[in-house]
Amino acid sequence: MASLRDIKTRITSTQKTKQITKAMHMVSASKLSKAEDFAKAFDPYSNKIKEVVTSIAGSGQDAEHPMLQKREVKKTAYFVITSDRGLAGPFNSGILRDVYRTIQEKHQSKDEYAVIAVGKMASNFFKKRNMPILNEITGLSDQPNFADIKDLTSETVQLFIDGEIDELIICYNHFISAITQEVTSKKLLPLTELANESSSSTSAYEYEPNQQEILNVLLPQYAESLIFGALLDSKASEHASRMTAMKSATDNADDLIDDLSLQYNRARQAAITQEITEIVGGAAALE
Amino acid sequence: MNTLTVSVVTPDGPVLENSFEMVSCKAESGELGILPGHIPLVAPLSISSVRLKGENPQRIAVSGGFLEVRPDKVTILAQSAERPDDIDVKRARAAKERAERRLQAKQDEIDFRRAELALKRALNRIEVVENR
Repeated sequence: MASLRDIKTRITSTQKTKQITKAMHMVSASKLSKAEDFAKAFDPYSNKIKEVVTSIAGSGQDAEHPMLQKREVKKTAYFVITSDRGLAGPFNSGILRDVYRTIQEKHQSKDEYAVIAVGKMASNFFKKRNMPILNEITGLSDQPNFADIKDLTSETVQLFIDGEIDELIICYNHFISAITQEVTSKKLLPLTELANESSSSTSAYEYEPNQQEILNVLLPQYAESLIFGALLDSKASEHASRMTAMKSATDNADDLIDDLSLQYNRARQAAITQEITEIVGGAAALE
Repeated sequence: MNTLTVSVVTPDGPVLENSFEMVSCKAESGELGILPGHIPLVAPLSISSVRLKGENPQRIAVSGGFLEVRPDKVTILAQSAERPDDIDVKRARAAKERAERRLQAKQDEIDFRRAELALKRALNRIEVVENR
């Protein structure tokens, strides 16, 4: 049996860990609510741009644009969104495992795919496995501004326009609720499903100067907004996931402290009993 | 007087939503003036200032994006849009100098184009603040 002092040390250290995880839990909770606000602020923009894009792309056959057309896939790019730091439960591991498996199944050689990594976790993971990384961004703030990732999104969309990549798949954790997040893979480019979607709004627009010019401006902006939306979604998931992980760590620490205190009291009791027995034994020997 | 509801939205959230009598802006193809009752229209905007006229006139610096017009509503969707009060003049000046330096140095075409756009954005912001 461990000595009283050993148990005492373990209890103290567990208590200190608990303090930390509890603090992290609360920090994540407040960051989560902020992240939700940001996602909400982004909503009007994304809804509006989607509405306009679908109404233009679905309005006529003459709306043709390279970004709307499916082409033979020679190279697929995976846009993987992770966090910079760990301690977020299955947040990073889930998504990286998923992407890694997909890549192994779908592609024979390294020329067929590339990765665009957001977050240190993704960039380290793919570097370690010698997988081609087209672009990466780390050290994003917890509440990213559009300006922070504008370069990355426009470069990514440009890669597609230039024909460097023929397909863009975005992989991130979709935020469902504070306790559920889902690993999601979506094909972002080409925007094929857009042309099939019949426009719900019936308003016919005048185009100034013409439809083609508008699409040239609009589609990249739309694709960039989708990426930014996924990023905000993923940030919310990250905080939610970290919050859950830290909550369960705190609960576990509580359980451990309970167990250890019980052990400690038993040991203390045993020591007292032993002492009494010794005293009684000693007294009896004197008689 | 008839009015139009104008809303300016960016990925970082709505910038403004209010009623105005006229919207005057610079589209890629030239100046546009929009009064209430305009036919539905979509037009890409250039890096410029949007002038909103009415009881409380406003100027807004937009960096590209586009404009969607409905008879009673105008929506401006831009990747960034700022009111004069929100513009960081120091930053815009710094960006202007940086872009000018880049334009001086001989570089490949993409960088050149980028610097040019950055310069335009910076000049636009400075202009909006100075003429508010």
